[in-house]
Amino acid sequence: MENLQLPPKPEKSLFKKIRAIFITLLVIAMYVWTFVGIDIDWGRAIERSISNFHRVVPKLFSPDWAAAGDVGLAMLETVFIAFAGSLMAAVLAVPLSFLAAQNMMGGKVVSTIGKWILSAIRAFPDLILAILFVVAVGPNAFAGVLAIAIGSTGMLGKMFSEIIESIDMDVVQAMEANGANKIQILFYGVIPQITPEFLSYAIYRFEVDIRASSILGIVGAGGIGTMIVFASSNRNWNEMGMILLAIIIVVTVIDFASARIRRKIV
Amino acid sequence: MIEFKDVGLVYPNGTEGLKNINVKINEGEFVVIVGLSGAGKSTFIRSINRLVTPTSGSLLVDGEDILNYHSGNLRKLRTKVGMIFQNYNLVKRSNVFKNVLAGRLGHTGTLRSILNLYSKEDKSLAYESLNRVNIAEKLYNRADELSGGQQQRVSIARVLTQKPKYILADEPVASLDPPTSHQVMTYLKKINKEDKITTIVNLHFIDMAMEYADRIIGMRAGEVVFDGPASEVTEKTFEEIYGRSIREDDLRGGADES
Amino acid sequence: MTNENQSLVQKSVPLYPAKTKMQVTIIFFVVLGIYAFSMFWTQKEMVNGFGGALGNMYVVIEKFFPPNLSILPAIWNAMMQTIQMAIIATTVAAILTVPLAVLSAQNITTFKPLYVLTRTFLNLLRTIPDLVLAVIFVGLFGVGVFPGILALTIFSLGILAKLISETIESVDMNPLEAMRASGGNVFQVIWYALVPQVLPQFTSLVLYVFEINIRASVVLGLVGAGGIGLVLNQQLKFYNYPNAMTVILVIFAVVLIIEYISNKIREALI
Repeated sequence: MENLQLPPKPEKSLFKKIRAIFITLLVIAMYVWTFVGIDIDWGRAIERSISNFHRVVPKLFSPDWAAAGDVGLAMLETVFIAFAGSLMAAVLAVPLSFLAAQNMMGGKVVSTIGKWILSAIRAFPDLILAILFVVAVGPNAFAGVLAIAIGSTGMLGKMFSEIIESIDMDVVQAMEANGANKIQILFYGVIPQITPEFLSYAIYRFEVDIRASSILGIVGAGGIGTMIVFASSNRNWNEMGMILLAIIIVVTVIDFASARIRRKIV
Repeated sequence: MIEFKDVGLVYPNGTEGLKNINVKINEGEFVVIVGLSGAGKSTFIRSINRLVTPTSGSLLVDGEDILNYHSGNLRKLRTKVGMIFQNYNLVKRSNVFKNVLAGRLGHTGTLRSILNLYSKEDKSLAYESLNRVNIAEKLYNRADELSGGQQQRVSIARVLTQKPKYILADEPVASLDPPTSHQVMTYLKKINKEDKITTIVNLHFIDMAMEYADRIIGMRAGEVVFDGPASEVTEKTFEEIYGRSIREDDLRGGADES
Repeated sequence: MTNENQSLVQKSVPLYPAKTKMQVTIIFFVVLGIYAFSMFWTQKEMVNGFGGALGNMYVVIEKFFPPNLSILPAIWNAMMQTIQMAIIATTVAAILTVPLAVLSAQNITTFKPLYVLTRTFLNLLRTIPDLVLAVIFVGLFGVGVFPGILALTIFSLGILAKLISETIESVDMNPLEAMRASGGNVFQVIWYALVPQVLPQFTSLVLYVFEINIRASVVLGLVGAGGIGLVLNQQLKFYNYPNAMTVILVIFAVVLIIEYISNKIREALI
């Protein structure tokens, strides 16, 4: 038994071997390229951090309560932007998702086009959309609403279409056999199956949008982001501490509430 | 030798898993525990390698009370006691060989096992174990490519690779069809006889218990209600253990097919 | 009895219970009310109202188009820097996330206080927007790539650790029990029974976070944390919209390409 020889491992095909080597080399090359190319001035970073540490960090932990009113108002605006934006997106995403779902519109061509539209929308970061809308409607909160609405439509449309594709088509077939027409099938066979998940994702998207809309102010699209930019350019770290506190509280509360509501729905 | 002395187990939610168990299992025995589901068979078996911990009494394995064992000697105990599960408990995405080598974990240092540095002896032991259950040709297949019976044989090979003194098998055939069930039981019995490994098996099929056991222990509601050699057992005994008459689904059948 | 039944039929049985109907109606109007108020609030600073805004869309197109493609070579380096930042941040986050994800998975970390502590820490981490992290780190380390990488790392760590701990919580626990029963210690159990089950999802989630990081690094540049965002910010400040449009198009293309590649890798994995 001591001298027992293991049978040889089954030979991998040449193609698989070459592919494995190719992938390994590619990954190595990627990291070499990254670490050679990146330019970090460690000396300066360390020097700066030593001289800045006491000017920044302790102040973040002693928030400026005098700014609480302004910060609260800006945070409220952020919530409004997120709410209006995600609701608009939830409505806009519905028709697009039906377009992109393979089991609804029949043709594969239509659903591919729908999917392309959605992923094209998603490729724009929220902030880029905000830049475009600020130029269009001026530097105000409504630019933020539009940016959130369009940005979320891309993501929600994708999620919604996946939900539609996963529904139980037997029900739909049964109704077809009953002699129901397309609209009837939609209302009696499809919508009841997708409503809870749609709502759940829309509410989840609101969570994400709260985070997203809190930074839009940096390009002038309203909300608490405007204050972040002012506080950082004035090096007012006490105020930044207050802003951070407000964001943490609001985001936590909304996450918590949304998780509870979603659990109730599904 | 395994000895239960007044062993009791109360779960945190208050249910009594085991009540006042006194049982002595001798070297080399093939013991089958029978009883309805919920009778405490599984708790009994899992106490021996401390996957559950009894709350009273003492449980001696080779003369030592294992109930006050902690991490270090607990690992040693588990290395000595191999276990086979109803759902095979293989890592589905790993290949058969790696699954079987996992039986050596208790004997191997952490770093060596993580870097896959097994000795040649360990590897040939694993291969030999696979040979003994006639599944060596599946060495490099992924576990999820095998049928249920094949997976259970791999898990027997894993236990063999562990070189245990005792084997515990918790409902090893409950998820298998009759012919495969007999095949698996035959392997267990063969290993018990050839390697003199004390084997304790949970079953709820009466005919299989009578066919393979040296000794049968009957449990009901956490208590041992019967303990005797398989030759003394009749259908009447089972009716007493189960507290009801024997039904079709208490029998596995298919003995002549295998 | 018969009488009551008859009166029920005459009243016509509603499809849904009256209480549910009432609740849904109330919720609907509350949501609509908040929406109307939000719209009013966010539009109150607008000079020309919604109609004027739509008219402006044409102005935008005129301002941004045609993009000035001649600056492409000049922004190439900044775009590459952004990708490099995202690669480093994703790699570091993927390494750091392993212990955090294990500690915040309820089925592995049975010691409850430790689990609660890590969970709370991760939840807190995830509430801080990437921009705020970048602003703080730029304040701390000065303008450059380093604060950007740090911000991305911490930002993606929060997301990744949560997603992976959820994956860990959904694995099949049986193999873990078997490894424990054969005498494996904690590390061996994790390595042999947990890692093979989690690895495909782990890779897939790391790719997903890489996509998020590419997008986020655009944001970071705006506050001085390096990469393509820095260039975008300069162009916007000088109202050089055709140049800004080129930057936007490059970002758009890179995000699409990376999403395509990572989708292909993900399909090959699962």
